[in-house]
Amino acid sequence: MTTEREKDSVTGTETTGHEWDGIRELDTPPPSWLMWIFYLSIVFAAVYVVLYPAIPLGGSYTKGVLGYSSREALDVSMAQLRKAQGQYLVQINAKSPAEILKDPQLRTFAVRGGLVAFGDNCAACHNLGGTGRHAYPSLADDVWLWGGKPADIYATLKYGIRSGHDKTRTSAMLPFGTGQKMTEPQTADVAEYVLSLTKRSKDAAAVTRGAALYGRQCASCHGKSGGGDQKQGAPALNDQIWLYGGTKAEIIAQIVRPKMGVMPAWVDRLKDETLKMLSVYVHALGGGK
Amino acid sequence: MAGKRGNIIVRNHGKIERNVTLMAVLIAITISIGGLVEIVPLFTIKTTIEKVDGVRPYSPLELAGRNIYLREGCYTCHSQMIRPFRDEVLRYGPYSLAAESMFDHPFQWGSKRTGPDLARVGGKYSNAWHVQHMINPQSVEPGSVMPSYRHLMRPLKLKLIQAHLRANQAVGVPYTKAQVAAARGDLRAQADPEGEHDHDGLLKRYPKAVVADFDGNPAVLTEMDAVIAYMQILGRMVDFRKYKTKDLQQ
Ligand code: HEC
Ligand code: HEC
Ligand code: HEC
Repeated sequence: MTTEREKDSVTGTETTGHEWDGIRELDTPPPSWLMWIFYLSIVFAAVYVVLYPAIPLGGSYTKGVLGYSSREALDVSMAQLRKAQGQYLVQINAKSPAEILKDPQLRTFAVRGGLVAFGDNCAACHNLGGTGRHAYPSLADDVWLWGGKPADIYATLKYGIRSGHDKTRTSAMLPFGTGQKMTEPQTADVAEYVLSLTKRSKDAAAVTRGAALYGRQCASCHGKSGGGDQKQGAPALNDQIWLYGGTKAEIIAQIVRPKMGVMPAWVDRLKDETLKMLSVYVHALGGGK
Repeated sequence: MAGKRGNIIVRNHGKIERNVTLMAVLIAITISIGGLVEIVPLFTIKTTIEKVDGVRPYSPLELAGRNIYLREGCYTCHSQMIRPFRDEVLRYGPYSLAAESMFDHPFQWGSKRTGPDLARVGGKYSNAWHVQHMINPQSVEPGSVMPSYRHLMRPLKLKLIQAHLRANQAVGVPYTKAQVAAARGDLRAQADPEGEHDHDGLLKRYPKAVVADFDGNPAVLTEMDAVIAYMQILGRMVDFRKYKTKDLQQ
């Protein structure tokens, strides 16, 4: 039912002019600050549509007076960053990791840059600070699987280890080393011999039996005296540093079902300058040769 | 505000409210305008997809992995959308393109980053790392709030894979007849590099697919195999070095 709009006697506000079962409704206006925000939003939208990309037009869209594009803005911003890093980046691109290490200023710059890239890309496996963990080698010590010279590290990073890249570093320890099966007691003897390399064996007879087997099945990779071979990424067995653990059971497990570490290739992911900064960073962690 | 001074609509509102037919007509007009504004641009959607090479439909194993990704709600913590901002590009890699999700139904851009963006995670980690991380995230990232997904080590259901491909076909993903026919075989082949399978065919149908025994157990094809196959293809189809901003004009 429509009634006349009238002033409500209590509040002094007009009613809507509707009546439902005797109830009439106040037509309280919205607060003026709200209306102002509303009008300003409309003005903002109108200005925005003129300045920025806004309205789709079939296969295209209105580009806006400013011609803004977030992708072009990114290009500009990246270019500014490169400019700020200026000479440093130019020199890092021009020099080898070994040469960068010799220049104190460049080295500092590269270590800082490497630290950031390491956190984003490497720490999930090698831990922050490159301290390593089970199955992921420490990069902060002076024991290297594939070599600790700046150029070695750079090559490892670029192409990875068993990464599937054409130029990857790769090697494979077969079951029982060469794939030639050993009996369970023989395997235990070899493990005992490996323990003796770090003076941890108490069974001299087993060590003597294991030595011959080691010479036949293991020495070609791990070296006659267990010193390892960086050309094949075969770890030294005569130190206290273990990828997969150094107890007898863990050594036997590696002999029977060898684990092979995989590290991704980074050449297609990271810029060459980043790879060089990372190489310098890893080298500077303390163990670089 | 509007009293007797009010505008024409307010003054005549009573007429509309009392005339059902008039009201229906006006509602129809209002809704059609809203609908047109939303729908018409979709007819030109092709023009918003950048012209880049390499994007292909997912291989059956990747698609199965993607389904598990949806089922498990990984998108509630992970986005797959690198925005064109400097910090994101420096951390993750090239910004995401519309073209990359043209075969995604639905796309997985997401809106929540409890964990990192995954749009460029393919190739960043080894399969062994993924398995360890999925089973026990805290073993690689002590402070991680990601839950364990060790239950994914169960066998993958194979029966429905062709139906999944056909369902995608129905919404416009260009799977060929041959791809649907080979789906069962391709599913197994991708997770069993040593087995007797048509690996060449698989790689021809799905270039750059990562063929590997993802979960370290060649005997069983598990859901873990599928999820990791999916992780390993993310961000790997397009070679971004080939394109500059102006080549990506939409
Ligand atoms: C998916 C896990 C993973 C990621 C990520 C990773 N690595 Fe590795 N990395 C490994 C594994 C596993 C090895 C050991 C491979 C082996 O057993 O031969 C290794 C080996 C290395 C080596 C050789 C060590 C030696 O003793 O010769 C270097 C150097 C290295 N990584 C640096 C890096 C850097 C720098 C990054 C980041 C750009 C990185 N890694 C990212 C897993 C990873
Ligand atoms: C063809 C070369 C090759 C032969 C032969 C070989 N290994 Fe290995 N071995 C390797 C490589 C390479 C690794 C490193 C695997 C990795 O980096 O993931 C390794 C790793 C190991 C490890 C783990 C070391 C650690 O730090 O945890 C042990 C233990 C080991 N081998 C013992 C043996 C024994 C015992 C034999 C002989 C029965 C043997 N290997 C034969 C190449 C070989
Ligand atoms: C509760 C939120 C949450 C859920 C759900 C979740 N994640 Fe995560 N995820 C995280 C967090 C936090 C991290 C970072 C810490 C870490 O590496 O564990 C992460 C990291 C990751 C990473 C490593 C990314 C990188 O670049 O380092 C991958 C891969 C991943 N998650 C995959 C998955 C998958 C697949 C699922 C679903 C099966 C999933 N996540 C579900 C929170 C989550």
